[in-house]
Amino acid sequence: MPLLEVDNLTQLFSGLCAVSELKLCLEERELVGLIGPNGAGKTTVFNIISGFYQATQGEIRFQGRNLAGLKPHQISALGITRTFQNIRLWKEMSVLDNILVAQHYHLGYGLGGLFFRTPRYLKREKDIRIRAFELLEIFKIDQFAEEKPTNLPYGMQRKVEIVRALSSGPKLLLLDEPAAGLQATDVNELITLIRWVFDQFDLSIWMIEHQMKVVMSLCSQISVIDFGSLIASGTPEEIQQNQEVIKAYLGDEQL
Amino acid sequence: MKRLSVPILLFILLSILMGLSYFEIIDLYIQTIILFMGINIITSTSLNLVNGNMGEFSCGHAGFIAVGAYVSSVLSVALFTKSRVFGAPILPPELAAYGFPFVLICGGIASALTGLLIAIPSFRTRDDYLAIITIAANYIIITAIINIDKIGGARGFMGMKRVIFAMEKCAEIPWMIFWVFLFTVLTVLIIRRYMTSTYGKGVEAIRQDEIAAEIMGVNTNRIKLVTFMISSGLAGIAGGLYAHTIGYINPKSFDLLKSTEALVMVYLGGMGSITGSILSAVIFTLMLELLRPLQIIKWVAIPLLLIIIMQFRPEGIMGHRELSDVFPRLKKFYKFK
Repeated sequence: MPLLEVDNLTQLFSGLCAVSELKLCLEERELVGLIGPNGAGKTTVFNIISGFYQATQGEIRFQGRNLAGLKPHQISALGITRTFQNIRLWKEMSVLDNILVAQHYHLGYGLGGLFFRTPRYLKREKDIRIRAFELLEIFKIDQFAEEKPTNLPYGMQRKVEIVRALSSGPKLLLLDEPAAGLQATDVNELITLIRWVFDQFDLSIWMIEHQMKVVMSLCSQISVIDFGSLIASGTPEEIQQNQEVIKAYLGDEQL
Repeated sequence: MKRLSVPILLFILLSILMGLSYFEIIDLYIQTIILFMGINIITSTSLNLVNGNMGEFSCGHAGFIAVGAYVSSVLSVALFTKSRVFGAPILPPELAAYGFPFVLICGGIASALTGLLIAIPSFRTRDDYLAIITIAANYIIITAIINIDKIGGARGFMGMKRVIFAMEKCAEIPWMIFWVFLFTVLTVLIIRRYMTSTYGKGVEAIRQDEIAAEIMGVNTNRIKLVTFMISSGLAGIAGGLYAHTIGYINPKSFDLLKSTEALVMVYLGGMGSITGSILSAVIFTLMLELLRPLQIIKWVAIPLLLIIIMQFRPEGIMGHRELSDVFPRLKKFYKFK
């Protein structure tokens, strides 16, 4: 059974067709990419998967389960997390708190436990704190635990956002333009980081990216969409040769 | 030592207040001001939870205070005293001292449920819309009370002083000082525990980026409901204490002016700061009393002061910081959560 199946997905925004009859499939332990020109509907696809929009038509199945009608936090609980194009960390909270709150679904205590500080509550709070610190340590950002994200350089904020997404133990990680706004040296670091995350954690990664270097060097499969529909998919080499893709990006040769 | 310092300090403070009142070293007027300080601390810290921490704009806090005040007053009068409306006491009046906290909590629960009723439709909207809905709710509650003749309607409801007398039959101590002190400390403790837990940090996440919170797995609707219910429930307890301190309540005393007072305290103290809300409640209560000789001009002077504060220190006294953030060294000496 594939990890994620996107079946005939269509999204209309009051007549405007942002995604049309998209069909995609994602296996477990895959690192794949989604590319396309600006406004092709890539982020819309991610927004539908994470439950932010309800699809006009079509189905998304995650491990065979239909995601229609689920709230974003329920989808996150099933094991799909994401990062955002423009970093959306909680800016006034420390890095540690950012990572703690992202484990919200796995708290495992009730309000009664919270107010009476039951042993279970204290243990659970300790557990998620330990888990957060473990994550911060393996990503070597534990020295920034008490820092506010806004005080960190941009590349570091990206890293924190990825750690936050990983903290709930996802099976599918959606990265929305992770290299956006990064400098050339940071991009290389990011490529190593994503590769490392994919090797270390038991998950699939699906990323939207504009920088071809990132997509071509990381992804085993790439899907290309333009005006909301799939125009090509295949290995990086195939995509680079594909006439449809070149046309979508550079325009028609005949003109 | 670190763990015990706050309980010891609080115990000493309570003993001093009780002692001063018992031996009548401070007169009833000053006692009442101290009681109002406690009640205002509950009011402002509870409103701060919604307006400061969660970033919503609730303007009808007095509505919840009213529900708590009426429910607990009616209950305590009916249970422990002989009244014209409810007849003979249902329980022996000697139980008043033990029953009072339960009566207060019943008022709080009633307020929390009212909060739930208002929160369910209003949290589909945000910001300005919540402000309008809560103002409307405040008026609906007051109008409802005015139209229930059994509890006095517009004339108000009284008889709570007899409940205090019943308590004093049990032991001759200044009971209200004890209850207000106890519930003020409990309120601050509840809010502090809530906001320092990872569950409560979800509230902060909602204020800072609600969409990110929802997508990262925070059940935002549920947290908003729970937070609003805690806030309104605590306001109800403040109402119960207020009713039993004055001994007489009237729907007019819970109108928008009262809600505005609560808002003023929150903004004066600093959004999201518990320490700030406590400080501003104390300052505000004192200010109201000191400016009493000005009579009606008082309501020119206080808003003017607010304008000046907003001009020169818009983040309020504490501005989203707690005592331990301002004096980090103090952390070594106390722990309160």
